Amino acid sequence: MSDARNQARAVLEGPDIHRALTRIAHEILERTRGAENIVLIGIPTRGATLAHRIAGRIAQFEEIKVPVGAIDVTMYRDDLRLRPARPLGRTELPQDGVDGRTVVLVDDVLYSGRTVRAALDALNDVGRPRAVQLATLVDRGHRELPIRADYVGKNLPTSKSEKVKVFLEETDGRDAVVLIKEDDR
Amino acid sequence: MKHHLISTGDLTRDDALLILDTAEELAQVSQRSIKKLPTLRGRTVVNLFFEDSTRTRISFEAAAKRLSADVINFSAKGSSVSKGESLKDTALTLEAMGADAVVIRHSASGAPHRLATWVRGSVINAGDGTHEHPTQALLDAFSIRRRLGRLEGLKIAIVGDVLHSRVARSNVLLLHTLGAEVTLVAPPTLLPVAVETWPCQVSYDLDAVLPKSDVVMMLRVQLERMNAAYFPSAREYSRRYGLDRDRFARLHDDAVVMHPGPMNRGMEISAEVADSPRSTIVEQVTNGVTVRMAVLYLLLGGSEPAIGGAE
Repeated sequence: MSDARNQARAVLEGPDIHRALTRIAHEILERTRGAENIVLIGIPTRGATLAHRIAGRIAQFEEIKVPVGAIDVTMYRDDLRLRPARPLGRTELPQDGVDGRTVVLVDDVLYSGRTVRAALDALNDVGRPRAVQLATLVDRGHRELPIRADYVGKNLPTSKSEKVKVFLEETDGRDAVVLIKEDDR
Repeated sequence: MKHHLISTGDLTRDDALLILDTAEELAQVSQRSIKKLPTLRGRTVVNLFFEDSTRTRISFEAAAKRLSADVINFSAKGSSVSKGESLKDTALTLEAMGADAVVIRHSASGAPHRLATWVRGSVINAGDGTHEHPTQALLDAFSIRRRLGRLEGLKIAIVGDVLHSRVARSNVLLLHTLGAEVTLVAPPTLLPVAVETWPCQVSYDLDAVLPKSDVVMMLRVQLERMNAAYFPSAREYSRRYGLDRDRFARLHDDAVVMHPGPMNRGMEISAEVADSPRSTIVEQVTNGVTVRMAVLYLLLGGSEPAIGGAE
């Protein structure tokens, strides 16, 4: 029937991702008055990679070393019972923790908002941040919870039948954001 | 392995590594101020103990509670079992109460296996007779990996009353799966029939095995099961198979000493060795909770168990 069942299209390439992260780093500096007292916490695996990249840029622009960490949200997900139990990701909190600091959560794709909700719960169990903000490389819409991002790399209008996949150099050998259209036959 | 954990022989290498890796992540939870995860909210875990075992029961209870499961403790003493209820009827009662998992300790080998055919929930073997004690083996493997960084290629000696030890059998099967070389060391009277079919070496001479070992796991002499003359006297056993200061000195510098507890100090292990920094005995208790959390999560956390295939 159709010639290609899955059509994949790169919506962001390496340089685009590079620029988006640079802009996010600048916005974070701007909005937190020079990244004062902030902690970047990524959601594994790609969110954690992005958090390190953003921290690298902040260090480059302002010579500030921002603490970076990762928080695994698997045990806090609301869809655990819909799928077999999953392997856990790495949780690595900065030495001084998150108490009293502004936490910027970093994830690769913002979709239903459920992962972020789980992350907020997980964060709650490891400390009490002064405030929590959210940075995401791609916002693809279709929120199911009242959650929005403070820093967005790219707003990407999608349909629910599409898939967004983020590839990063560190884990996948290349930088790209790919939109996969699945023919629903 | 279906959705039960009855024998470590049912675990593939990938299953076993998944359990150890999950435990590695969960170890952090025990160090935070809020030692609780919401993962098993609304699930019920029944601790069904037909044999006294405070430490294993408490360990499972702590593990289930840290994952927010509801825990029901059922001990045979003073219960319907002492009035003559059969295992099957007990199982049906638990089933009717909606138990998602049953942790069972029983003096009869094979009881968990039978139980698994009567209940819909997951059955976790917490020690059955002289058969198996899979979570103990998993926590031992976890403790070794944490101390020495690996399991593959390690030389592990398991010393003592292998005949009555469910810990030994579970450990041999698991450690073999994970690529370690196991040697059982015991007097011939304390080795089970058909031990030559186990995936391990057998030796009667502790002094010959010690210098080559990376890990020495001492087993408890189960005095309550010593109903035949397995060895001439406690003193003679201790002389030949006890880990005392002199033998300890012959181990290489990185080797660790383990014991599943409870210890008979002065019998199979001297107090000095048990309290040395190269003994993992206290860590093993801490790691027990973590590993049991991992097992409960992997069996109950999702729509279906993550370890072992379907059916």
